[in-house]
Amino acid sequence: MKMTFSRKHLVIPYALFLTLFVVFPLILIFVYAFTDTSWKFTFSNILKFFTDYSAIAPFMLSLLTALLTTALCLVVAYPLAYFLATKKYNRSNVMVMLFILPMWINFLIRTLAMNELLYVLNVPKGMFATTIGMVYNFLPFMVLPLYNSLQKMDRSLIEAAEDLGATPVQVFFKTIIPLSMPGIISGVMMVFMPTISAFAISDILTNRDFNYFGTLVNFLFNKGGDIHYGSALSFVMLIIIGIAIFISSKFEKDESSLGGRLW
Amino acid sequence: MVKKILGRSYIALILLFIYVPIFYLIVFSFTDAKLMGQWTGFSFKLYADLFTGPKSAEIMTALKNTLLVGLTSSVIATLLGSMTAIGLHSSSKRMKAIVQNANQIPILNAEIVTAVSLLLFFTILGMNSFKGFWTVTLSHIMFCTPYVVLSVLPKLKGMNNNVYEAALDLGATPWAAIMKVVVPEILPGMISGFLLAFTLSVDDFVITQFTTSANFQTLSTYIYNTYSGKDSMPPELRALSCLLFVVVLLVLVLLNIKSGKKRENA
Repeated sequence: MKMTFSRKHLVIPYALFLTLFVVFPLILIFVYAFTDTSWKFTFSNILKFFTDYSAIAPFMLSLLTALLTTALCLVVAYPLAYFLATKKYNRSNVMVMLFILPMWINFLIRTLAMNELLYVLNVPKGMFATTIGMVYNFLPFMVLPLYNSLQKMDRSLIEAAEDLGATPVQVFFKTIIPLSMPGIISGVMMVFMPTISAFAISDILTNRDFNYFGTLVNFLFNKGGDIHYGSALSFVMLIIIGIAIFISSKFEKDESSLGGRLW
Repeated sequence: MVKKILGRSYIALILLFIYVPIFYLIVFSFTDAKLMGQWTGFSFKLYADLFTGPKSAEIMTALKNTLLVGLTSSVIATLLGSMTAIGLHSSSKRMKAIVQNANQIPILNAEIVTAVSLLLFFTILGMNSFKGFWTVTLSHIMFCTPYVVLSVLPKLKGMNNNVYEAALDLGATPWAAIMKVVVPEILPGMISGFLLAFTLSVDDFVITQFTTSANFQTLSTYIYNTYSGKDSMPPELRALSCLLFVVVLLVLVLLNIKSGKKRENA
């Protein structure tokens, strides 16, 4: 049979690929999360999570660390992105390049370097060190989307607000922040998502005396734990991600600014 | 004036925060102490060890694996992603919406969930004993291709559709028309997609960790698994990081000079 070629047929391989490698594996998480080892349907894996202190504690710890890291990154990155987007501080793109450059060094090596540096500075390993390590690793992911949206911002609107009698504080909260909202949202997502599930950074920067959620999932899958329970925990993570995406879509009107805008 | 100084010093302060650990790493790659923070005199020993020392074979294998997976997956992702973008451009609205939404899943999903889903997938296929190059590469193709699609699509939007039709009318086969008319238009998008895919692949840890076995280590999993428990990484890695940093820096400087020249010529 000879089919006439049309450009739209070029989608077919990737559509099959997505079904096989993206959609089907995600369905598998649901299947594993709601079955026991003999493949019988059960809610016990999910229920176990809500009653298992050794899972709830890492979950809360990861959630808090992710929220704290995201907030710190936003507070540190916002003025930075604002200055970078202002012509008088940054005439060429070299400055921006300087902030992206470290991302090409393997993040584990960077984290180990940070670990050594904190050791020399007498900062003890633990939650504080982990949070510093996370901010260090994910700061560029906050800077770039903020920089992109602040750079696109029409600066004459700030002048207009000033001319109309707004105080600097009012200009910031009523003009600059709303105009850079797409950047804030995508930056927050790009930092929050990886931090809530990160485990390598915390493995290096703590004495492994307390678990993060990712550590626990990694343990269940790679160190011979119960993968049905592990799938249930991944399912919980999926729900958190779903909530985060839902909240961000409430703010987000320009769909292209998530992910795509970063580069 | 004060504002300007304030702005400049703030930028400098954050740059310091970002670069101090890296410079620290570079400085201490020129001493042979086992632990960082100890300076036992200037030496190139770590660089020599990197290529001839007892850990050299392991590190070089990990580096080779990283580059092999990175190149294979980013080349395939670029081809697959560009093909898809071209197809999507002339697909029905419905098809477009379905594929573009599914395309967002690997981008929005947390790495660990993607990693778990792939691990389960390979488990159910009974491929656990085959975990290695191909499972890792397939997984990398899976999370890299979406970014290629996203970087090629905008280039197609800016393209005049009639040129493709004109090529067909003038007797070009669809294949020739795509290669000679469409591909040159989207080439910048393909290149940036490729670079992005390569970077993502080389830097990946979580997905690799879940889809590989002890016999196939990339740099990330090698570092993580060697570090486990101990207090430091193999010191040779300091020398390697320094070399990689210099290579990346050179590539970026060259790219900048090249694009700077292009702008001048235009």
